[in-house]
Amino acid sequence: MIEIKNISKAFNGKVVLDNISGQFKKGQTSLVIGSSGTGKSVLLKCMLDLLQPETGDVYFDGREFLHISENERKDLRREMGVLFQGGALFDSKTVHRNVQFPLDMLTTMTEAEKKDQVEFCLHKVGLDGTGKLMPSEISGGMKKRVGIARAIVMNPKYLFCDEPNSGLDPLTSIKIDELIKEITDEYQITTVVITHDMNSVLSIGDNIMFLYKGKKIWEGDSTSIMKSSLKELDEFVFSNHALKKLRGEYNK
Amino acid sequence: MLNLLGKFFIFLIELFTRREAAKVYWYRFLDECITIGIDSVLIIAIVALFIGAVTCVQIFANLVSPMIPLYIVSNIVRDMTLLELSSTFMCVVLAGKVGSNIAGELGTMRITEQIDALEVMGINSASYLVLPKLLAAVVTFPILAIFSGFLGIFGGYLAGTLTGIITPEQYIYGIRFSFIPYNFIIPIVKSMVFGFLIATISAYKGYHTRGGALEVGKASTAAVTNSCIAILIADYLLAELLT
Repeated sequence: MIEIKNISKAFNGKVVLDNISGQFKKGQTSLVIGSSGTGKSVLLKCMLDLLQPETGDVYFDGREFLHISENERKDLRREMGVLFQGGALFDSKTVHRNVQFPLDMLTTMTEAEKKDQVEFCLHKVGLDGTGKLMPSEISGGMKKRVGIARAIVMNPKYLFCDEPNSGLDPLTSIKIDELIKEITDEYQITTVVITHDMNSVLSIGDNIMFLYKGKKIWEGDSTSIMKSSLKELDEFVFSNHALKKLRGEYNK
Repeated sequence: MLNLLGKFFIFLIELFTRREAAKVYWYRFLDECITIGIDSVLIIAIVALFIGAVTCVQIFANLVSPMIPLYIVSNIVRDMTLLELSSTFMCVVLAGKVGSNIAGELGTMRITEQIDALEVMGINSASYLVLPKLLAAVVTFPILAIFSGFLGIFGGYLAGTLTGIITPEQYIYGIRFSFIPYNFIIPIVKSMVFGFLIATISAYKGYHTRGGALEVGKASTAAVTNSCIAILIADYLLAELLT
């Protein structure tokens, strides 16, 4: 389980995150949703210590993360996998080398063991036989899949995904969502997904945290979101007619 | 200004703390030696040959007195090449090629979150990415300086002898006349210092890029201009210290 307590962050005096607390449970896909500029990605970066919050703490299964020594933090980081918005693949390395990179840097596995593990992960994300391609030779959806393969190659306990569906067509988005959900269920990972994709919210959100102007103003699951009467959430989630109609039918 | 200098020195300290295994740096160092050193050989060869040739022609044109023997032309070409052109001029050219390359590469890695990806793996991204570049620059720049010095003098020889300014014997005599071996040390030391400045300043600019493609371009430009200014200031200080 990941627990965040009283996270606040400001840039040049402008408060972006205001006292955010919450829990993300093991084996669940937890979503952080909200409109653009509401602080979702900043929250993720604070949780990963890529940005230092003004106040607050993050606990991974009770272990403090932000205020510990660099070596202790390094050990904890080995238990995390992160999928970045654009995939963040290393341009100069092949798909295989990208996925193998954490194993090269952080383990003492033999080359044969690494090869097996990389091939297993590429198979898991449906990218068999693409190992020799360069990131510039694959599509956006494939880059996300490679990013997921790299994120899970170390068998992480915690998986973070920053807008995994951004820039993808609806069909590929659904496939990526299903993949994240499948990995979370199969390996009992604690997964945190930053998104504003409503398909994700309704299909994979075991636990949903809604941010509005830097504050957490709602928390629940994909069922309770359909019944919520909170005006801000209503405006955000049911902004298009198809979803409004769906809710109408659901609440009948 | 003090704030900037402070951040720069903190960045330098970061390069040497929380390092990865030596093997990792060794392979990256070899890669960077190719990118920074070997890939610069052609541009350095062209620049050095022509600068040597121009220096020879200009010195001859300006030394019109019959009291001055012709071998002085190659004597001055030798000293100018060794003391200034093969190190300072070459490094200004390399600031453009290598400096913009380093800043552009790191800036792109920053805005595409590749540096964040390294950090979340628990890797000291500054050390992993920049230290091999720094070591490669400090090792390959002196070799390029020696190469450039040789080609500069050879360029002067070609220009002088092919145009009939000076005979081959006079040119070679001038090169050997009153030679001070210590003068070989100067371009080596200078190019090591300039290599350090170019690699660190360009890496600092690229590593701290924020924004998008426009900012990467700005970081590359700032890397080249700041490196050139640093080279010229360091050149003066080294001239005072070494001569």
